[in-house]
Amino acid sequence: MSDLLKLTAVEARAGLDSRAFSSVELTQAYLDAVTATRPLNQFVTETADKALEMAAASDARLAKAEAGLLEGLPLGIKDLFCTKAVQTTACSAILKGFVPEYESHVTDQLWQAGGVLMGKLNCDEFAMGSSNETSVFGPPVNPWSKDGGPALTAGGSSGGSAAAVASRAVLLATGTDTGGSIRQPAAFCGVVGMKPTYGRCSRWGIVAFASSLDQAGTFSRTVADSALMLQAMAGHDPRDSTSANLPLPDCQAAVTAGVKGLKIGIPEEYVMDGMDPAIMALWEQGQKWLVEAGAELVPVSLPHTRYALPCYYIIAPAEASSNLARYDGVCYGLRVEAESLDEMYAATRSAGFGEEVRRRILIGTYALSAGYYDAYYLKAQKVRQLIARDFETAFASVDAILTPATPSAAFALGSKQQDPITMYLNDVFTVPASLAGLPGISVPAGLSEAGLPLGLQVLANKFAEDRVYQVAGALEAAAGFTLAPPRAAGEVQ
Amino acid sequence: MSVDKDTVKKIARLARIAVPEDQTETLAGELNGILNWIAELEQVDTEGVPPLASVTGHPLPLRADQVTDGEQPESVLANAPEQASSFFVVPKVVE
Repeated sequence: MSDLLKLTAVEARAGLDSRAFSSVELTQAYLDAVTATRPLNQFVTETADKALEMAAASDARLAKAEAGLLEGLPLGIKDLFCTKAVQTTACSAILKGFVPEYESHVTDQLWQAGGVLMGKLNCDEFAMGSSNETSVFGPPVNPWSKDGGPALTAGGSSGGSAAAVASRAVLLATGTDTGGSIRQPAAFCGVVGMKPTYGRCSRWGIVAFASSLDQAGTFSRTVADSALMLQAMAGHDPRDSTSANLPLPDCQAAVTAGVKGLKIGIPEEYVMDGMDPAIMALWEQGQKWLVEAGAELVPVSLPHTRYALPCYYIIAPAEASSNLARYDGVCYGLRVEAESLDEMYAATRSAGFGEEVRRRILIGTYALSAGYYDAYYLKAQKVRQLIARDFETAFASVDAILTPATPSAAFALGSKQQDPITMYLNDVFTVPASLAGLPGISVPAGLSEAGLPLGLQVLANKFAEDRVYQVAGALEAAAGFTLAPPRAAGEVQ
Repeated sequence: MSVDKDTVKKIARLARIAVPEDQTETLAGELNGILNWIAELEQVDTEGVPPLASVTGHPLPLRADQVTDGEQPESVLANAPEQASSFFVVPKVVE
């Protein structure tokens, strides 16, 4: 049944509607793929029985012509989304064994649309990382890793989501993106990763990292599949005070609308020293494709780009230090017993949090502490304002912005763990748009010299996801990228 | 601004994270590395720039001050490390 694994979500929906196959058949094919790809360590919890149960319910709805947008499609969920009665750990020791009593808004929307839960996917601990190596379950392996070569990172923090979609263990997956955690792993694994506008998807029931930046989004193999999934996920939720009460534009139609007459901004500051020449070449190729499709290139300037990463590494840890105060061994999660309440807190948090999470909490605590708040947090918020204004100015004259998604292709696991800042630099192209709350997508567009996927990033103004999909659709059509990771299910291994 | 071993201990105490004595030196080095890198922001002229705390562009919504949920102690306590008669149990606080 490996042919079923090659279908896109849109094709699979059509096949289910026409009864070419059932959801149970499709789900079983994917369950076999989950088993076959277990060495890649993509899942932290598999839910095979639940998947077959949900698939049977989908088949019943299909028979009654009551199918939802994602009816019968096998989905993977990043282990940062609370799923009722299914363990949710944020890939942290401090939440091992935590079984939510409630469902996140995003996943609830997905189940209402008919999605089938295949299991929970690996990610960096509390989504803090760019290689998925901070996960307490160990990192997933990029399915593009070659036999006999080093195991490559799937990227992070949503590494398991990107890897599982690329290896055909799931058809679609959720991710969250705080500074690039959807777009960077998508680029590394050769799949489409979409971070919508901040506020487009409810944060309710998602384990919080940095609340002013966290946003849920999609992983898929095609741009059209992403648009389909976003339509099911997005929506206003009064339980998240930052949830936008605005209708989603018609993203599915936008995918094939073309880019004729659109103005595409090319930011001069995104040409960086020491950039991989293959990335530079791909970016130029992407510009050429868009011109050939009828778009006009416009040079734009985003002068505060170089300050985005330091700005992010104050704001995100500061918010994290506040959000993660809740893990204290009292209400849920790990508890390390001690004589006094205070010692119990400190012992629990020391044992439960991994190295990177502890480091970020300490940095954040320092940045918010008395005497340093103005110098760090307030200063960073002012710089954030300037970064957002850079984009506002640019979007006054362009419809979308095209940039590379990452400064390099996927690197070997273990190769960048020595110095935290080297790891942070992975997000140089994705963080600025996160600070401004803009929608952004990573589209696989070519291969590096070593045959690894590379992505292009498309950004648009707030709530203009349709523009993102228009440009992404044109890039996808021109690139003709073939998803052929050597370690995917159904490939010769 | 530079972080020394005593500052690490102070931050660790504020964050309620136990840091063993033999790790304070390493941690101070790591934190200083990050803080020196972050210090690049000092170069940016932010005179008269208001801080950006939220990118939503809309004011926080208000709702009626009414109870909308509750009466489910079993659910609330379902993941508690220790509980007794509908309460979370913690080490003794008051002597």
